[in-house]
Amino acid sequence: MSGGNGIAIDVKGLTKSFGGREVVHDLSMQVKRGSIYGFLGPNGSGKTTTIRILCGLLTPDSGEGTCLGYDIRRDAEKIKRQVGYMTQRFSLYQDLSVRENLEFVARLYGVTDARGAARDMIRRLGLSGREEQLAGELSGGWKQRLALGACTLPNPQLLLLDEPTAGVDPKARRDFWNEIHALAAEGLTVLVSTHYMDEAERCHEIAYIAYGYLLAHGTVEEVIAKSALTTYTVTGEGLNELGTALSGKPGIDMVAPFGTSLHVSGRDVPALEASIAPWREKGGLHWQKSQPSLEDVFIELMGRSKDNFQ
Amino acid sequence: MSAVDHASPRREIRERFGFLRRSYAMLVKEFIQLKRDRVSFAMIVMLPVMQLMLFGYAINTTPRHLPSAVLLQEDSDLARSILKALENTAYFRFLYEVHDVDDFDNLLKSGKVLFGVEIPRGFERAVRRGDRPALLVAADATDPVAASAALGSLGMVVQTALKHDLYIGDPPEMPFEIRAHARYNPAAVSSLNIVPGLVGTILTMTMLIFTALSVTREVERGTMESLLSMPIKPVEVMLGKIIPYVLVGFVQAFLIISIGVGLFGVPVLGNLVLLALLSTLFITTNLSIGYTISTLVQNQLQAMQMSMMFFLPSILLSGFMFPFAGMPAWAQYLGEGLPLTHYLRIVRAIMLKGATMQNLHFDTLALAALMLLAMTIAVTRFRRTLD
Repeated sequence: MSGGNGIAIDVKGLTKSFGGREVVHDLSMQVKRGSIYGFLGPNGSGKTTTIRILCGLLTPDSGEGTCLGYDIRRDAEKIKRQVGYMTQRFSLYQDLSVRENLEFVARLYGVTDARGAARDMIRRLGLSGREEQLAGELSGGWKQRLALGACTLPNPQLLLLDEPTAGVDPKARRDFWNEIHALAAEGLTVLVSTHYMDEAERCHEIAYIAYGYLLAHGTVEEVIAKSALTTYTVTGEGLNELGTALSGKPGIDMVAPFGTSLHVSGRDVPALEASIAPWREKGGLHWQKSQPSLEDVFIELMGRSKDNFQ
Repeated sequence: MSAVDHASPRREIRERFGFLRRSYAMLVKEFIQLKRDRVSFAMIVMLPVMQLMLFGYAINTTPRHLPSAVLLQEDSDLARSILKALENTAYFRFLYEVHDVDDFDNLLKSGKVLFGVEIPRGFERAVRRGDRPALLVAADATDPVAASAALGSLGMVVQTALKHDLYIGDPPEMPFEIRAHARYNPAAVSSLNIVPGLVGTILTMTMLIFTALSVTREVERGTMESLLSMPIKPVEVMLGKIIPYVLVGFVQAFLIISIGVGLFGVPVLGNLVLLALLSTLFITTNLSIGYTISTLVQNQLQAMQMSMMFFLPSILLSGFMFPFAGMPAWAQYLGEGLPLTHYLRIVRAIMLKGATMQNLHFDTLALAALMLLAMTIAVTRFRRTLD
């Protein structure tokens, strides 16, 4: 066990290909024990593949590392006992009731009092009164709570959550995150993949992955600072036309509408300011230099990585 | 993202022939999916060709070269020439020569032979004296089809053959009497043959389907991913999926046998406990094979097709529909690889012949071997990762 050094996941140079297409490329990462680590990136970027490698569901083509101190290649069975994996698609038995699903998981992990453990978990999840309902009949939010309950029931040390909140309403999402923070406070390490920027900001650390490459990692502040992006927020009339006109101008790396405003960002500040100068003098628009948001950083990263790797 | 910029020109939508257009769209999609599903595609071709070749050559309703035994109580030249004559009819093939009545009975009981010819002591002398002694031909009539053709031709064929024999001139009539004895099913009632056979056939079909779908169902419903991420071993998954159905199979076997006994008057001469034990072994063997299929295929359609591919030969080559002994040697070897072949011998022997474990060693071992083979393949084929 590597409990002493406080690192839950420590992998280097993970590579995985499917049918000749490299899905994960030379990926290295470290996750501290007790932290919530956000895994961000567009669809098909290799997040799910990485998570599956970490819990032993896939064997990496190359690369090595440890998960909870166990070798990811050799000790898959030991890792499975200590890890709770919540799949992207609901993967509990739809034709079993809430209670039966939880008891099944408890028995598989060898929890001594499976019935008691399931009962406690139902209470903790707030599913009392629904324990006999079939899992397939639950609403999206409840299904996701139940799935989280099922992976935390055997008291794992590490939770791997693959887009746990996709398609779940905001209230359920907030409850879910409160639960994750509560679990982390108890000492659990959580690796969670997501598309939502507000969720990324709830993580202690984040990593951004696109086309199999890990492009940025650190705390949210660090990632924003490292991007060296300057952003102007524009409000006013005729933003669509402005956006079209500015796209591709020198120094402008990204133009993105955000509701009633437009974010114009670039890394080369003098070139950016030169390009926007003609519009700043025009009336009807309000320009403000601001911090780029995490989303600006990611969209810019994604655009850049697309040019490099595709 | 920039799709709006290059909006494609608007296409016209025609309402005419809407039904045909939509059907065509569906048809194209189905063809593409079929083309992608390589295994199903291969089976579309393989299934009919293979089965036709297999059964066309293997099935024979007037079987020849039936395994036979002779109980020789006198070793005379006449006895030898009668046996030769019988063998020359091509109906009989003498595999065993015994001198003891118990051995003779056991050979018939265990199903190792379908016919037994008994040449009594003092036979040749009685013939020469003109006493018309009896030549006993015992047939295993649990399968009436197999026995009837050979039995029917017996008298004529032997007489013709003996005409050319040196030891007997040209007698006006048979110098001895052939006493045919259809054992176990003297009236050749086909339900006595069919009902025990049905126990095996029905169990094969139901057991196979139960487990053939079990792993693919987990994969298709997405539950396999979380199952694999949990600390469970392939053997444990297999046993967990097989054992509940052993009970189901047991109930089914009990029902079929009860109906057979109650409605069709099929006797159970042997030990019921032995029948129950060996039926359980047979059920488990089929469940293991179904489970193996499940680990080999990718979806439920393939599972069903592969089950059928196993089920049809089970019916046709096991001796359920057509006499086993009548099939060519290669087909018999194939048949020996099917659990139903062995179970049919077991269930017919126990129910109709009152056979005991002593008679059934070979078939019991064969069933156990097939079960272990299937389980080994299943456990090694079970994918522990999603690679």
